[in-house]
Amino acid sequence: MEYSISTFEKLLYACNQNNKKIYEIMQEKEAFDFEISTEEVRAKTLKNINAMKDAIISGLCSSEKSFSGLCGDDTAKLKEKYKAAPALFGNLFEKITTYALATMEENLRMNKIVACPTAGSCGIVPAVIIALAQEKDVTQDDEVNALITAGTIGYIISTKVAMAGAVAGCQAECGVASAMSAAAATQLLGGSNKQIINAATLALKNVLGLTCDPVGGLVEIPCVKRNAFLAIHAITAAELVLANVESKIPPDEVVDAMVQTGQLMSPLLKETSMGGLATTKSGIIINRELQKKEGI
Amino acid sequence: MKQRSLFDVISPIMTGPSSSHTAGAVRLGLLARNIYKETPNKVTFKLYNSFAQTGKGHGTDKGLLAGLLGFGVDSEQIKNIYNCELAQNIEYTYEFEQNIDRHPNAVDFVLEGNINMTISGNSVGAGNVEIVKIDDFSTRISGEYNTLILFYKDKPGMISRVSTLIQDENINIASLDCDRNARGETASMCICLDSKISDEVIRKIEEIDDVYFVRNVKRLEA
Repeated sequence: MEYSISTFEKLLYACNQNNKKIYEIMQEKEAFDFEISTEEVRAKTLKNINAMKDAIISGLCSSEKSFSGLCGDDTAKLKEKYKAAPALFGNLFEKITTYALATMEENLRMNKIVACPTAGSCGIVPAVIIALAQEKDVTQDDEVNALITAGTIGYIISTKVAMAGAVAGCQAECGVASAMSAAAATQLLGGSNKQIINAATLALKNVLGLTCDPVGGLVEIPCVKRNAFLAIHAITAAELVLANVESKIPPDEVVDAMVQTGQLMSPLLKETSMGGLATTKSGIIINRELQKKEGI
Repeated sequence: MKQRSLFDVISPIMTGPSSSHTAGAVRLGLLARNIYKETPNKVTFKLYNSFAQTGKGHGTDKGLLAGLLGFGVDSEQIKNIYNCELAQNIEYTYEFEQNIDRHPNAVDFVLEGNINMTISGNSVGAGNVEIVKIDDFSTRISGEYNTLILFYKDKPGMISRVSTLIQDENINIASLDCDRNARGETASMCICLDSKISDEVIRKIEEIDDVYFVRNVKRLEA
C-alpha cells in the first residue's frame, strides 16, 4: 500500500484509518515502494535478526581486544560478575547488558554485526529485542514484528535528520537506537500503537544533547559501554508508557527539538574528536599512543 | 534522490567497526574495482585526513583492499585480508596525508596495470560513498544506481547520440553530469540509470566515433 508516513502523526493516522499495527503499515509500505512482497520484507528482516543473534553468540564467548587494544574484554568481565553475583534487576537486565556489550565488542573486533541504525550503536536494538524475546518466550514472527517496529521509528526520524554522529551527535546514533528499542520492547510487551510511539518519544527526549566525542576517533570510548546503558534506558521508557505515562511534548516536536539541538551542537562535539572526552588529559594521551600505533 | 527504505535503518550486515571508515572503505574499493574492470598489478592507496588519522584503528586500510579485490561489506575476509590468497597477487602500498582541500574521509586509488588510472572517492557518512574523480575528470558515482561512465572527444551531438541508444532500450536516465578539460578536448559523461543496461548497448556506445572509454559501473548491492 502507498502510505505517507514521514511523521509520527501521519504514521498513527495511517494505523488508525486502516486498523493496523505499526509494523503492518511499514511492511506494506516497504513492499509497495520496492515492488516486493510483504513476505520478502519480513524475510529480509529475519535475516537481520539472525545476523544479530550470531553476533551476540560470538561476542559472548570472546575477550579478544580491538586493534587499539583499548576495548574488547568487558563482556567477559560482566559475565564473570553475574556468575558471582546475579544482577540486582534479574535475568533480563543481565541479558540486555551483556548482549549489548557482546555485539559492540564484535564490532570493534572487525567481526560481523548489523548497523542499527549505525555500527557505533549496533548493540542496543539487538540486545533489547533478543533478550526480551528470550525472556518472554515469543515467536519468531513476534521478533520480526518488533524489529520492523524499531525500524519504523528510525525511518521517520531519518526523514528529518541523518543518523550520523557527524551530523547531530550521538543522539542521532545511540539515542535513536534507544528510541527504536523502546518502541520494539513496547510492541513485544503488547503495547498499543500510541504507546509504542510514546515509548520512542520518551526515550528520545531523554537523550537530547548527547554528544559524539570518541577518544582517538575510534568507535570504542565511550561507545561500547554507552550501548549497554541506552539499551536499559529503552526498557525504562517501555515501562513508563505501559503505565500510560505520556510525553507532554508530541513525538514530531521532540524530533524537531533533536534536529535543532544537533544544529546548535558545536562541531567539536560531532564526531571530530576535538572536544569532550576526546580532549581530556587521558583522552589525549590515549590518542597519542594510538597515533604511534597507526604509524603516523 | 534515492527511495528511502526501512533497510537504510536496519542494515547493512557488515564487518565492524565503522559504517563510514570500514563499510564505506569496502564500498569505495568495490566501485574502484568496477571502474578499473580488472584486478590491477599494483595499487597505492592515498588516505587523507580522518581516513589517514584513524584508518588503521577502523580497518580502513583493510576495507579498501578487500573491496578492490571484490569482497563485500559483510565478508569475513576483511579482517584478515592481508593473508588472503587474492592479496598475494597484487602489490599494494599505503600513503597517509593531511590535506584540508580534501574531504575528511578521502582516498585516491592509484592503479597500475594494463592501464594506469587514478580514482578518487569520499566516504560521506553512514556507509554512503561517492567516486568524485577518475583521472582528471569529475564524476558522481554513489553505487546507488547503475552508472555509465564515458570519456570522449568534446564535440556537438555526443550526449544525444548516447542518450538515444539508452532511450532505445527503454531505460530511464536518473541523472546526467558532464565535464571537460577544454573545448574540443577530452570530456566525460556520468549517467545514472534506473535499470540495468545490456552489454549490447554498451558495445554500441563504445562504437561511437571518438568515444575513448566506457564503463558500466553496477549498483552496489550492500
